[in-house]
Amino acid sequence: MNRPDPTITARYAGVLGRFELDVAFESPLRGITALFGPSGCGKTTILRCMAGLTRLPGRLVIGGEVWQDHATGQFREPYRRPVGYVFQEASLFPHLSVRGNLLYGRRRALKMGAAEHIRLDDVVDLLGIASLLDRATGALSGGERQRVALGRALLAQPRLLLMDEPLSALDRMTKEDILPYFEAIHASLAIPMLYVSHDIAEIERLADHMVLLEAGRVVAAGPLADLLGDSRLPIARSPEASTVLEGRIAAFDPNDEITALAIDGETLLVPNRVGEAGTTQRVRIVATNVSLAVDRPSLTTILNIVPVRITDIHPLDHGQVNVLVTIGHRDGGSKLLARVTRRAQRVLSLCPGQDVYAQIKAVSLIARASSSA
Amino acid sequence: MLGGEELWIAVRLTLTLASTATIVLLIVGTPIAWWLARSKVRWKEAVAAVVALPLVLPPTVLGFYLLIALGPNGPGGWIGGLFGLRSLAFTFEALVIGSVLYSLPFAVQPIRTAFEAFGDRPLEVAATLRASPWDAFWSVAVPLARPGFMTGAVLAFAHTVGEFGVVLMIGGNIPGQTKVLSIAIYDYVESLQWAQAHVLAGGMLVFSFVVILSMMVLEKRIARPGI
Repeated sequence: MNRPDPTITARYAGVLGRFELDVAFESPLRGITALFGPSGCGKTTILRCMAGLTRLPGRLVIGGEVWQDHATGQFREPYRRPVGYVFQEASLFPHLSVRGNLLYGRRRALKMGAAEHIRLDDVVDLLGIASLLDRATGALSGGERQRVALGRALLAQPRLLLMDEPLSALDRMTKEDILPYFEAIHASLAIPMLYVSHDIAEIERLADHMVLLEAGRVVAAGPLADLLGDSRLPIARSPEASTVLEGRIAAFDPNDEITALAIDGETLLVPNRVGEAGTTQRVRIVATNVSLAVDRPSLTTILNIVPVRITDIHPLDHGQVNVLVTIGHRDGGSKLLARVTRRAQRVLSLCPGQDVYAQIKAVSLIARASSSA
Repeated sequence: MLGGEELWIAVRLTLTLASTATIVLLIVGTPIAWWLARSKVRWKEAVAAVVALPLVLPPTVLGFYLLIALGPNGPGGWIGGLFGLRSLAFTFEALVIGSVLYSLPFAVQPIRTAFEAFGDRPLEVAATLRASPWDAFWSVAVPLARPGFMTGAVLAFAHTVGEFGVVLMIGGNIPGQTKVLSIAIYDYVESLQWAQAHVLAGGMLVFSFVVILSMMVLEKRIARPGI
């Protein structure tokens, strides 16, 4: 018997001060789901509602468990919800040491009968905070504080991690230092995560699933690749539109210092050694770096030429069009977005269903902790 | 020694009264401070004003009403009747009640300010870490508000030691029961026993200085960045 995939089903409708929220979305209870939108769109409010910190009329079901149901008046108190919450500011308890902070939620979760899936030693290793354990929280740097906050949330043995822009208070350098830890959590601990952010780069790097929000409403929700390639949405229409692909490292050529990545039976070449063979990597491809050719070009310096099938063509302003293609001359490949001119589209008479070749000028690797998925 | 027995009885009584009042104030004042700090109801400032009333009310006015309340015809007399007393006035218990009411703002205000200072966040964090509200109060709110508790306790203690008007109205002058330091000083001066008055007054001066000094040191520690 196949049980249906566990999901998060959330619906909230209510007014907070002058802000009106009316959202409903569903996302899988695995991987990272990003809540994305401009400041003030209600991302944080949704996360607070899910943790029970803010109460708005609605309904929340996590993997079949009802946490809130306005219709029946059901509302599970925040401390009875097995979530790990990471706030924008680390918000460590100043009266406890780093160790005291880490163990605060763990002790209580275990007392409430949670199984110890995540152990102190593992978290300390994963986050590299062994040397901080006996320090006072006041002496930590911003990045260290956020790592401790993350570890503290993890040790509360959560079934769901709620992250409220955990990197926004950090400077760019520190951010780069911390992101790998989030990826490591994603790779080594199977805890589903809801990740609030207004930074699309963070989301392209981390998320598997995305809920797009604007002014208290859900604009779209779905797998990251689908939304990034959906030309009806502003992100796919912007000049920086890009898609992400996930592939497995097939081989590394030490002479040319280039790595071959297998995606849907095709090969993408990425400069440098990017990881161990067999591991999964994520690459980001900017739509303006993808051009299309009807026949396979033979003599060109562009290394990455892959067969693709056109699935959708969407006109944009300024004589440009978005062409959505899938990898391989067949249906069901990974999605890739190409930004071409309207003139080129007309001259080559590109149309949906057509098999063509995509030339990819630049593939940027998104440093992502490798997982042998 | 000067004044001998009688003087030390007054000192011991005063310290007992101040300690008892301080303990009662911490027990009674903390929930009031918590409610004033965290409640969202509009009329809470009216309650805060009632608590703060002794700051501006002449002690004799408070003492007068207390005397009526504790006397044979007031609720105090009724309660006293249960224990075979004619009234609660002119007893040690009356002094404790009077001191608690009179020093209430001195205990409540610093604790309330301390509760307000750390905001909602630490309690929200505690809730997401499986701490029930009761648990979070003891494991987060109280430790974070510790400087406020210390200031409140010191102020309440010192204020009780120094009170005069309320004691005069409801306590009278019974050695070992209601004759506290400030009354004793007054008595000594009235009966021209200057030497004894000097001992007590000097002692109070030193005591007050130590209190103020320790308060200032405490406040330095509160101001120290910890967050």
